[in-house]
Amino acid sequence: MNPSDQKRLFRELIFYRRFEDRTYEAYMERKVGGFLHLYSGQEAVATGVLEKARCGHDYVITGYRDHVHAMKAGASPKEVMAELYGKETGSSKGRGGSMHIFDPTVNFMGGYALVGQPFPLAAGLAMGAKMKGTDQIAICFLGDGANNQGTFHETLNMASLWNLPVLFVCENNLYAIGTVIHRSTVVQDQYKRVSGYGIESSQHDGQDIDVVMEAAEKAIDHVRSGKGPYFIEFMTYRYRGHSMSDSKSYRSKEEEAEWINRDPILIYGNRLKEAGILSEKEIKKMETAIDEEIENEIIKFAEESPEPKVEDLSKYVLDDNPDPRWIGPLQS
Amino acid sequence: MAETAYWEAIRRAHDEELANDPMVIAMGEDIGLAGGTYKATSGLYDKYGEKRIIDTPISENSFTGIGIGASMVGVRPIIEIMSINFALLALDTLINAAAKIRYMSGGRVTCPIVMRTPGGTAHQLAAQHSARLARMFMSTSGLRVVTPRGPLDACGMLKSAVRCNDPVIVIEHEQMYTLKENIPDEEYFRPLEGAEVVREGSDITLIGYNYSVHLCLNAAKRLEKDGISAEVLDLRALKPLDRESIRRSVEKTHRFLVAEEDEASVGVGAEIMAVVTEDCFYALDAQPVRIHAADVPVPFNRNLEKAAIPDVEDVYQGALKVMGKL
Repeated sequence: MNPSDQKRLFRELIFYRRFEDRTYEAYMERKVGGFLHLYSGQEAVATGVLEKARCGHDYVITGYRDHVHAMKAGASPKEVMAELYGKETGSSKGRGGSMHIFDPTVNFMGGYALVGQPFPLAAGLAMGAKMKGTDQIAICFLGDGANNQGTFHETLNMASLWNLPVLFVCENNLYAIGTVIHRSTVVQDQYKRVSGYGIESSQHDGQDIDVVMEAAEKAIDHVRSGKGPYFIEFMTYRYRGHSMSDSKSYRSKEEEAEWINRDPILIYGNRLKEAGILSEKEIKKMETAIDEEIENEIIKFAEESPEPKVEDLSKYVLDDNPDPRWIGPLQS
Repeated sequence: MAETAYWEAIRRAHDEELANDPMVIAMGEDIGLAGGTYKATSGLYDKYGEKRIIDTPISENSFTGIGIGASMVGVRPIIEIMSINFALLALDTLINAAAKIRYMSGGRVTCPIVMRTPGGTAHQLAAQHSARLARMFMSTSGLRVVTPRGPLDACGMLKSAVRCNDPVIVIEHEQMYTLKENIPDEEYFRPLEGAEVVREGSDITLIGYNYSVHLCLNAAKRLEKDGISAEVLDLRALKPLDRESIRRSVEKTHRFLVAEEDEASVGVGAEIMAVVTEDCFYALDAQPVRIHAADVPVPFNRNLEKAAIPDVEDVYQGALKVMGKL
């Protein structure tokens, strides 16, 4: 990767961290409502994997911790923030909120709040790509907690049986909501659990974006070349609680401190500084520019955007312009 | 016109839609090589191949979810759930995903799936194979629910369901697959909305859907011998419901009964009662009646099963009660 791409990637990591931090503030100001699940600490996974995917071409789908996945896939940060504010200009026109960012114009096929539900949807996206005869793949990001749902097992079986082009990315952050993995799961190495379905898999450090990208590139090549699904596990950690209502009482300050030492921005920033690609001064400048962009463009857009109209409440339940040939009325 | 059985009408709809659009697929348990439990997909595996007529593992929630995911990117899946009882396993992907994705994406992503499934009691299939469940789908925003009463609608509504851009649940019935009716030879469609008067009458409206339409028609014949002219209204679609046709018929006859094979509480009959109360209460000349199943899991024993499920006699007696003849 050339230095300008490395700088861009580093900027993206900082941008995603700041975006989530600013979202936290907006939530505390009660400008963002509902449930809010922040991605801080895990940025290297979605950023690194999707750096190696063909965003806008490949299908991407995930759970409710979806802001960063949507933006890296190509969704506009302004529209994502406007969605968090519940505005008409939001990526789901204010009907979805934080957990349900959608942007089909870049093939980001949604964030879903039922744990494990994206597994079969992702396999379906892959089936669609296969039927259309394109070289698209589907990439499904989910946490370790999702792997205890039936959909994990049912979908892995069918995806493998039908040789579907789907990459399952397991972001193992060690906690299923507030339950630590060893208290919920017998086999804690998630990549080992898929062997019964004849699916190739591997486990990697999710905090070092170079490691993530190298592993993701191989996995994506495997899937795109028609060898069937692949399951890739990244070990990572979320800094904040599961959602905003979570006090993190289930884990120790020592554990948190250990993981903060392995912060993805810290690791990559140090590497770029040591290689002479970025200076501390440039990083500070970058951070200032990002904060200004978030405040002056993104937050401003969200705050100034209109609310959805109450008279549009019943739009989008069913097709709003259905073809009368299929719908009626019945001619007697 | 050719006399066609219900299962043949479904097969014909599949065949025509599969031939019309290469993105149409069928998926479900035993639908391919085995031809389908009720033969509704027989012969299609040989004609269209295993890529489009997909035999699935017994994983209802996830194969429904795969169909939904595929539908989000242009595929038109017809998903067969072997029995409506098994649809309970697919409720997460069906209700939490398919019914809500259009709305929560602000109309940007759609899920044009069709789920076909037989709902209803047959003969001594016991509690876990005799569910009806129409009321549950009827209460879910974002779904269309249709209940073809015979081959004409079974073919024409399934074809419309495949073309329509919404998720559609087609509720069939185990006892109707061999039912025969003349249907047009040329291609035709039947709309997914609108109730239909299937028998004109002036003294009482008997409202049914799916199998209970036949109970109403048979009861109407008996009532005719008693000098009572019964109109029979087939709801056809439970969601969206055609309130206007219900009102029109009740305002004409001033009396009604609603017959369902399911239990009464929070059910189709309860909904029709509420609709009439809201829309044309003052048109009523008599207290209406609901005909429904007993509030029990469906028993295995033949006599107990018969006692639990409404039949023509129950509809007939119910109508006499509305008419003040009991």
